[in-house]
Amino acid sequence: MPNTQFSPSIDSRPVYPGLTPHGASPAIMVADAEGAAALRELAARDASVMDRAQVVLAAGGAAGLAEARALQALQPKGVSHEPDLAAALPLLRRLLAEARMGTRLYLAGSEGLIGQVSALALDAGLPADAIESEHRGPIARRMQCVHCKGITEGVTTDPFTCSHCGLTLFVRDHFSRRLGVFQGVCVDAETPGIIPEPQEIRP
Amino acid sequence: MSRQMLLRVTEVEPLTPLVTRFRFEHPERAALPLFSGGAHVVVEMPDDGVLRRNAYSLISDPYDGSGYEIAVRREDTGRGGSRFMHGQVATGTDLRVSLPLNLFALDPRAKKHVLIAGGIGITPFLAQLRQLERLQQPYELHYAARSQAEAAGLKLLPQTAQVHVHISENGDRMDPGALLEGQPIGTHAYVCGPEGLIAAVMDAGARLGWPPSALHAEAFAAPPPGEAFRVTIGSTGAEIEVGPHQSLLEALEAAEVEVDWSCRGGACGRCETGVRACHGRIEHHDHWLSPEERAAQTKIMPCMSRFRGDRLVLDL
Amino acid sequence: MTKHFNDETFRGDYTYYNSPEAIRRFPFPFDRDSYMYSVNIEQHPGGPAGSPFEYAFDVDEHYVAEMKDRAITLAEDPLRCQSLPHMELAGWDLLELIMEAKARDYPDLFGLHKDGDRWHWINRPLRIDQRFTFLDATTLPYGPMEYITRQAQGDFALLHEREGNLWMDAGMVTSQADWSLDFDVGMNFFEWHAPVPKAKKMGVFDKALKFLLAVQQGQAYRRLNWTMTVNPRLDTSPENYHKWGPEKRTITPQNVGRKQFLRVELQSFWRLPRSNAIVFPIRCYLACLDDLASQPKWGRRLHRVLRDLDPVLVEYKGFAVNRDIIVAHLARYDDGAPTSPGIFPD
Repeated sequence: MPNTQFSPSIDSRPVYPGLTPHGASPAIMVADAEGAAALRELAARDASVMDRAQVVLAAGGAAGLAEARALQALQPKGVSHEPDLAAALPLLRRLLAEARMGTRLYLAGSEGLIGQVSALALDAGLPADAIESEHRGPIARRMQCVHCKGITEGVTTDPFTCSHCGLTLFVRDHFSRRLGVFQGVCVDAETPGIIPEPQEIRP
Repeated sequence: MSRQMLLRVTEVEPLTPLVTRFRFEHPERAALPLFSGGAHVVVEMPDDGVLRRNAYSLISDPYDGSGYEIAVRREDTGRGGSRFMHGQVATGTDLRVSLPLNLFALDPRAKKHVLIAGGIGITPFLAQLRQLERLQQPYELHYAARSQAEAAGLKLLPQTAQVHVHISENGDRMDPGALLEGQPIGTHAYVCGPEGLIAAVMDAGARLGWPPSALHAEAFAAPPPGEAFRVTIGSTGAEIEVGPHQSLLEALEAAEVEVDWSCRGGACGRCETGVRACHGRIEHHDHWLSPEERAAQTKIMPCMSRFRGDRLVLDL
Repeated sequence: MTKHFNDETFRGDYTYYNSPEAIRRFPFPFDRDSYMYSVNIEQHPGGPAGSPFEYAFDVDEHYVAEMKDRAITLAEDPLRCQSLPHMELAGWDLLELIMEAKARDYPDLFGLHKDGDRWHWINRPLRIDQRFTFLDATTLPYGPMEYITRQAQGDFALLHEREGNLWMDAGMVTSQADWSLDFDVGMNFFEWHAPVPKAKKMGVFDKALKFLLAVQQGQAYRRLNWTMTVNPRLDTSPENYHKWGPEKRTITPQNVGRKQFLRVELQSFWRLPRSNAIVFPIRCYLACLDDLASQPKWGRRLHRVLRDLDPVLVEYKGFAVNRDIIVAHLARYDDGAPTSPGIFPD
């Protein structure tokens, strides 16, 4: 399954051009279960990308175990296997804090993973042009409610219900790189109770 | 065009046989606008009927409005601006000076700054050092010069652990790769000096995987001399001759054709001028137009670029 | 010189009002009988005596009430004011710009005394007397940007220049036309304008960015922008949209003249000295339809502009649902007579 093709959108909506190998430079690679395939394909194009790569796999269950073994077989500098992204964040903070200029960050998987780790990396001082990204897997979005600021993960319909304040929100393409989230805005603010039929989000 | 102030030269100090420091103050001692490290001013020089305008980096403390200081290297084969400063400017001379403009600013987000200077390229960093000291941001500065005698920066640099001097005559050659290697994430590097040094730093950065956004080079330079050429003013049909040591912008100004300008070094974009017809080749020397725009030959930056060919009609 | 400050509110009972002088000096944004995006930029400050363009930072009869409203908004949601760590220096630049301008232009209201880095600031309308050390944030009750913008009308965005772009890395935004600083902080010029329809296709932003990057010290500029707001509400933020949204549906032919407000933004652009940042003050002026129509030229023109406006812009500016009522109401002020060019009343 290749990099997801999203329809053209506004300038604030991130684009994920796909991973490009940068040889044996120092690298931090982060993927979820679906994104791991993109790392394997990257190594197939240029095996040297793994020479100095610290791989962080955020994927639980049997699929996670299988991917961890497959990534290990590519002989990166190291593979850290975490059950999910939240569990991986302290490790990522540490890796970023110790990284040196010239380090590449390769991100593969959901928009939530790419957005969250990018935000962490930019905050650590990594320049935006040192980040490579490829979208794999479901097109669910990480949404922030503009009203209560709560974040709802894995949103697949528009509108959706804020998991914090309960307002019904429509899904905007407006994206904050700093927060790693899309913006959700109350859909029935002017006409309380009149809510359009939820639709599946499309790429 | 930037707003100008009439300032008085209050100090002239030779730093080396070729480099002289000038201090400007307001004639009534009024405070001058403050600036940010890396900013330059354009000094206007009425030189025997020719109005020369050269850009010089400010080397004084950006937070001290009592005066502006610049360091000028005499270029005997140059277009005459530096010869004017060295030969005809003395304490008490009044000159028109533009307000400061910064095209080589520090990135304040940097976790660390690495400043790399070659020769007279030390000038923008002298003001930046004061800013970094004041804001207490981590930095290191590397200054390369051919010989002790030519190193004007030696008299102006503070003697601190962060300042490293490389004199090639003493066998100490600066190695850009070694300076960039192993720097922590969030470091920004800045280079100013001869083209060879800028290229060496950029190459080393690319080889070490530095992203372009973390590498900064002082882009503006003096307009290069060349063969004389003619241009045509589209609106009036007037023909204007550009001399070998004159820039197109200077020729337009001499002919009283109005063109907006600011840095006069091909970096700020203010003098961008449309081209209506081009039979020949524009020699682009600016850092403003994109490669596509250069190839299209439909725009020219008159402060830096020249022309070779039969006919160039400007959209003026 | 303003001596009187209105006792008024911008929420709840909405007691906001414009005096006859405030109406006559209102920055009416339409210089002709139709509207489309344009860059419409002029030098600032500069304009007729008494107009809102005369001084760098206009202080009018709403000053004290607006600052009270800002304090209420900030108490409920402190994230309306944000400054990324590298923007503190730009905050000091802004503090200096505003203090110097106010002390110079309104000497009976404000005073600034400097002894090196030891500064003494007096703000009589807000009863503030503050001694502090310039560039030492620990000597002020807030960061420098927040401190001074709690005492200056309008929103403020501080833009950092890098990579040939401008990045909105700090701001004080409590009276915005439906955009969220908390969400947009850290975005570049094209990203934070991304939701604006049509303008990208027209190349408006490329031109505007080029212009802004060329703004230099000692040369400031301004432009006017506008939208429509029901009730004189400053806080039309997306954060509180679910609270003010229902009010948009309360317009009737009977109340539209007093309840529907034209919201004008006087935007200006300044290059700051030490930080090389650009500050973008966005000052909001509100006037209801009937007050505007007390100037016959404005009544005629407003009717024609809103009647003929592109439906996409009507939607974007958020008054599509009330447009018919508004236009029908304004028709009574339009006798078809020609209008004079320019924005000022006859």
